[in-house]
Amino acid sequence: MSVSGYHVTRTSRAAQAAAVLGAIALVILIAAPWWAGRADLRLIGELCLYLALASLWNLMAGYAGLVSVGQQAYVGFGGYMLFALTIFGGLNPIQAIVIAGVLGAAVSVPVAALIFRLRGAYFAIGTWVMAEVFRLSFAQVSALGGGSGTSLPTGIVRSLADGRSAREALAYWLALGMAVLVVAAVYLFLRSRKGLALTAIRDNELAAASLGIDIWKTKFLVYVVTSALTAMVGGLIFLQKLRISPDAAFSVNDWTAFVIFIVVIGGIGTIEGPIIGTLVFFALRETLADLGTIYLMILGLVAIVVMLKAPRGIWGLIRSRFDLELFPLGYRVRHKQQKGA
Amino acid sequence: MDWVNAIVQGTLLGGLYALFAAGLSLIFGVMRLVNIAHGDLIVLAAYLGLTTTVALGIHPLVALLVVIPAMAGIGYVLQRAVLNQTLGDDILPPLLVTFGLSVIIQNALLEGFSADPQKMDAGALETASFGLGGLSLGVLPVLTFAVAVMVIAGLQWVFYHTALGRAFRATSDNQDIAQLMGLNKAHVFGLAMALSLAVVAIAGIFLGIRTSFDPSIGGGRLVFGFEAVIIGGLGNLWGTLAGGVILGVAQTVGAKIDPGWQLLAGHLVFLLILAVRPNGLFPRVDG
Repeated sequence: MSVSGYHVTRTSRAAQAAAVLGAIALVILIAAPWWAGRADLRLIGELCLYLALASLWNLMAGYAGLVSVGQQAYVGFGGYMLFALTIFGGLNPIQAIVIAGVLGAAVSVPVAALIFRLRGAYFAIGTWVMAEVFRLSFAQVSALGGGSGTSLPTGIVRSLADGRSAREALAYWLALGMAVLVVAAVYLFLRSRKGLALTAIRDNELAAASLGIDIWKTKFLVYVVTSALTAMVGGLIFLQKLRISPDAAFSVNDWTAFVIFIVVIGGIGTIEGPIIGTLVFFALRETLADLGTIYLMILGLVAIVVMLKAPRGIWGLIRSRFDLELFPLGYRVRHKQQKGA
Repeated sequence: MDWVNAIVQGTLLGGLYALFAAGLSLIFGVMRLVNIAHGDLIVLAAYLGLTTTVALGIHPLVALLVVIPAMAGIGYVLQRAVLNQTLGDDILPPLLVTFGLSVIIQNALLEGFSADPQKMDAGALETASFGLGGLSLGVLPVLTFAVAVMVIAGLQWVFYHTALGRAFRATSDNQDIAQLMGLNKAHVFGLAMALSLAVVAIAGIFLGIRTSFDPSIGGGRLVFGFEAVIIGGLGNLWGTLAGGVILGVAQTVGAKIDPGWQLLAGHLVFLLILAVRPNGLFPRVDG
């Protein structure tokens, strides 16, 4: 068999089919304000924002090895920036959310410089301490309601769009757009040269370093970009809620524990994992939420069992069985004939 | 005098933080495990203490006789049944599994005891105080600090003067060789976690006598313990006590400046020390 009998390809038939189905699903989701009820629209919007958070956490923990349990720092920061910039800065909410992203990146630089000194699990708790510092600091700002929080003034809410349903549709589209932006950004990033470096670091840090990859800089870049996007997601979350308080904005359970459970249940270190995990999480929540605290115990238990019995998550199980990759990142060698057949 | 008072009270508060931290430091030293559920286990111990005092009508300090063995037992079973499976090069499994445990414990306590703050009744001990050189010291804080010193000294003694401590140090240095020398590392790790949760039991009881508690406060206690460990330097038990004292003093002095600054001041001192001495003030010298 000669070399010319083979060719190298990135895509596969499954990936092409997934791309077509994804595009159809996206069109249907864009049209949701016309076919979904108010409550459903809110739910899908929330799902989109959780998907964005999960994809970002997955990029950090699954690829860059930065296991953070303090992402609520940036969710809350973004939320508070939305409130501060619209109330005191007179910006409209969409501008405020974009600037919240820029400020999130700016604030993450000194934070990273400090907590990157901690290794492994201690890095994780260090990020939590940072989130506590953020929470306590914002609780000191009496102009934003101090410890009890504040609501978004109606004038600002009205400036978003005319009429309640138009506003809700806009908030939904922003959430959907954010989810698509994050998943696409993660996908394109991982396919780029920097993404290759990141994957190399994930697989073997020592070997990656010996190939000339600057590990610190690559992780730093991932941390800053993730923080910026997480802050923007935070802004959108509180644009939906219209009310913010330190305890809600910097909740470790809501913005980190659930996000980690989503990623692990879906499959860490894959782009598909967070998508599946988000769907599973919301399916569980919608069916079991009446159980209250028992539901959260079940969720914790499911996460533990998945971690112990199937550490690559649901997508890991599917992939090892069917050799599927819906977001093609790797290269495959194939027979030329196979392509024609 | 107010400032001296703040520093002395902060030092005594540091004893409680050292109790939070000692168990965390111990299991990290032996098996490199960071237990996210540590704070929730402290709260669990407080609730166990509450249940015991109410059910048997005994003083909280007497309840230690029940709570310490109970928590140690929970620790051993937890380690053997669950946590041992998570240990390895990857830090994610232990982190995630203990995170899951944290959520489970929190919500189980919420289910069983509701979100209302609870407190243990220790009678006269809660308010007893004595004067010392113009300062008024509470008997309970002084007792807590003394117990913290005894616990640290006890752990130090176990580590360096007993067969169990030798087993801990051996598995910490090299798990495989320790195994070859006839140590069962699954059992050794189980004992380490049992010892860690025995200390957690003491921490939980003193927490529950000192302040009111509810199921949601575990995360905060974990963060204090963690800060004390890092300030003092990883793997140094006396350093952990010093770390707890520094954190406690930072908090009381911060509260003296502005009551809203109590917790923030503690965190800021932690970050400052992290910036200038990333290995903590008294790191253990490896070699």
